[in-house]
Amino acid sequence: MEAQALQLVQSVLAYIGLWDLLGGFIVPAWHTIWTVLKIIAIIVPIMLGVAYYTLAERKVLGFMQVRPGPNRVGYWGLLQPIADGLKLLLKEVIIPTNSNKFLFLIAPVLSLAPALAAWAVIPFDDGLILADVNAGLLYLLAMTSLGVYGVIIAGWASNSKYAFLGALRSAAQIVSYELAMGFALVCVLLAAQSMNFGEIVRGQQGGYGMFGWYFIPLFPMFVVYFIAGVAETNRAPFDLAEDEAAIVAGFHTEYSGMGFALFFLAEYANMILITALTVVMFMGGWLNPFHGWGVLGELTDNVPGLFWMLGKMFVFMYLFLWFRATFPRYRYDQLMRLGWKVFIPLTLVWVVVVATWMQTPYWLW
Amino acid sequence: MAEIKNYTMNFGPQHPAAHGVLRLVLELDGEVIERADPHIGLLHRATEKLAEHKTFLQAVPYMDRLDYVSMMLNEHAYVMAVEKLAGIDVPIRAQYIRVMFDEITRVLNHLLWLGASALDIGAMSPMFYTFRDREELLDAYEAVSGARMHAAYYRPGGVYRDLPDSMPQYQASKIHNAAAVKKMNESRQGSLLDYMEDFTNRFPKCVDEYETLLTDNRIWKQRTVGIGVVSPERAMALGFTGPMLRGSGVVWDLRKKQPYEVYDRIDFDIPVGVEGDCYDRYLVRIEEMRQSNRIIKQCIDWLRKNPGPVMSDNLKYAPPGRESMKQNMEELIHHFKLFSEGFHVPAGEVYSAVEHAKGEFGIYMVSDGANKPYRMKIRAAGFAHLSSLDEMVRGHMLADLVAIIGTQDIVFGEIDR
Repeated sequence: MEAQALQLVQSVLAYIGLWDLLGGFIVPAWHTIWTVLKIIAIIVPIMLGVAYYTLAERKVLGFMQVRPGPNRVGYWGLLQPIADGLKLLLKEVIIPTNSNKFLFLIAPVLSLAPALAAWAVIPFDDGLILADVNAGLLYLLAMTSLGVYGVIIAGWASNSKYAFLGALRSAAQIVSYELAMGFALVCVLLAAQSMNFGEIVRGQQGGYGMFGWYFIPLFPMFVVYFIAGVAETNRAPFDLAEDEAAIVAGFHTEYSGMGFALFFLAEYANMILITALTVVMFMGGWLNPFHGWGVLGELTDNVPGLFWMLGKMFVFMYLFLWFRATFPRYRYDQLMRLGWKVFIPLTLVWVVVVATWMQTPYWLW
Repeated sequence: MAEIKNYTMNFGPQHPAAHGVLRLVLELDGEVIERADPHIGLLHRATEKLAEHKTFLQAVPYMDRLDYVSMMLNEHAYVMAVEKLAGIDVPIRAQYIRVMFDEITRVLNHLLWLGASALDIGAMSPMFYTFRDREELLDAYEAVSGARMHAAYYRPGGVYRDLPDSMPQYQASKIHNAAAVKKMNESRQGSLLDYMEDFTNRFPKCVDEYETLLTDNRIWKQRTVGIGVVSPERAMALGFTGPMLRGSGVVWDLRKKQPYEVYDRIDFDIPVGVEGDCYDRYLVRIEEMRQSNRIIKQCIDWLRKNPGPVMSDNLKYAPPGRESMKQNMEELIHHFKLFSEGFHVPAGEVYSAVEHAKGEFGIYMVSDGANKPYRMKIRAAGFAHLSSLDEMVRGHMLADLVAIIGTQDIVFGEIDR
């Protein structure tokens, strides 16, 4: 694909007569250019997805709360995210006088960058992946753990009591839930016997469609992982870091304009990332759920994998919004209790169960 | 070892959970509250002093603005004080209308409380459902008095006017087309009583809906059970009234203990809690809404059968009818005197209290025989509740503070007056 693209560029440039001039620069740098193009092809849809996820959130919440949601900017409110983005872009960035200016400005970046970098190892379809690394799972854990630094630094650098409390809450929360999440991933690792996301999805391929997916043998882990994912992204009912009832807006209390927007983007990019991971690890990624189901399987086998991947992601993205509309918020100590006393013991036990189960002939996955 | 110092935090006056202009100075040990010091006075409007400079009738609208989520209940305490002092008899129909609107107001207040306190604890949807239903009750306010909030409907001697025979209708617009408007107007075809009857038939289902979201919700229970526990003895010692007192298990309700208006003819129950925590107070308020619904129904039945005057015929205090005023010299003089000088109330003092949605709301009034009170003192339920905040939150976490402020149902209009 890389070479074909180069040929395409060559023929286009030759046609307008620039190839002789530029060819010498393009050919040696082509691998880098091609990677950058791929990154753009991932980042731009994600950013658009984030923008429209916020609209979807407001619309879904609106429908659940007997109100229309945004419907003024553009037909059906479709331009609302653009308007919001523009507004935030044009707003003044206020830097509190007693803040640490460097850290205050770097924090939103530290929060967004890992959220985007993690997408490098997510396979959207068979082979449709930016970096098909074998330690994908480890890379991902590393990247998602880095995100917490943005939050802590933001809370600390703001030099505000609300922000500080929010940052502390968030740090403790993310660190605790990372553990449960890690153990849930260990189970997937055991089942797939690979840390490569492509391999993990292929491991779920069988003759019986969705019955081959890991959410069946690893069901408790699937639930724990998704709940931990909600907690990890600081979303309701675990949104203690931005508990507006107690600590105003938590760690981003002092941020305005684009700084605030970056935290917002990071949060939503992380939410989409969690759904993508849930789908890849437990719901068969790009696989057809009806594969091998007689006529239904034959009819749906030609549907592109990207469709299945996105379709499954939408289901989980909807769950995030549904939770937000339904549940009250946990208290800090209750959240910790859930993480340490319920999730971690449960995941530990399940690791042993899966490891033992895999030694028996009853392991069918 | 490093010395660990407590952390002082300003909670409010500009804070999303402060319910208006509450300013709390919190001393925190980590997330645990060591001391909470509520500061009041940011919404002080000198209502008591203003009333001393207005005729008795002109002070009625100030009452609406005290606790601005249960407007008519405030008015009720005030007009009852004036009536007691002056010895005015209120026609029975006016008493029923007052009871009906008292209960409508109680539902209004509890709906707002439910939405706001659920939002404080992080459940955002109940807010929208309760506001949908509040809207219909505010329409009833509007139909009867012309104002959705500050009604000034109760007057010394009765109520401003009888219940309307027709309800205002929605008109088709860009947002709601003719078909949608027709559906919205379905319940508004008859009189106000028909409209309210339709509402009372639907309302229990709405309460079920809120309960589905909250009552058995594990997170809701974790956040409210055992939080802000007040023993019955302490509740009485702290001067609690209303749902705050009943939540602690004390059976005390002025509507039963010293019935005013026609509450002694009406069948209703007083819910009480057991533990005295936020969850019990939540359940008490939910049940109070159902009981209020029952009361409204009984009032509707009685009001349908018994037409009659709604204003006292004592023209020294109540304005004469419009027609007789135009034809009759005596009545014209009464009208002129009432709306310029106002009426004089015999010298004396009086305390009258109603079972307000938040507790006992009382007016203590001293008259020296002039056309305005010599002194008026307002007893606001929320004031006593807020004073106990420190005791209630001590040792709880920051997030519980929010739940406790929510459960106290604080409105600064009446606390700061």
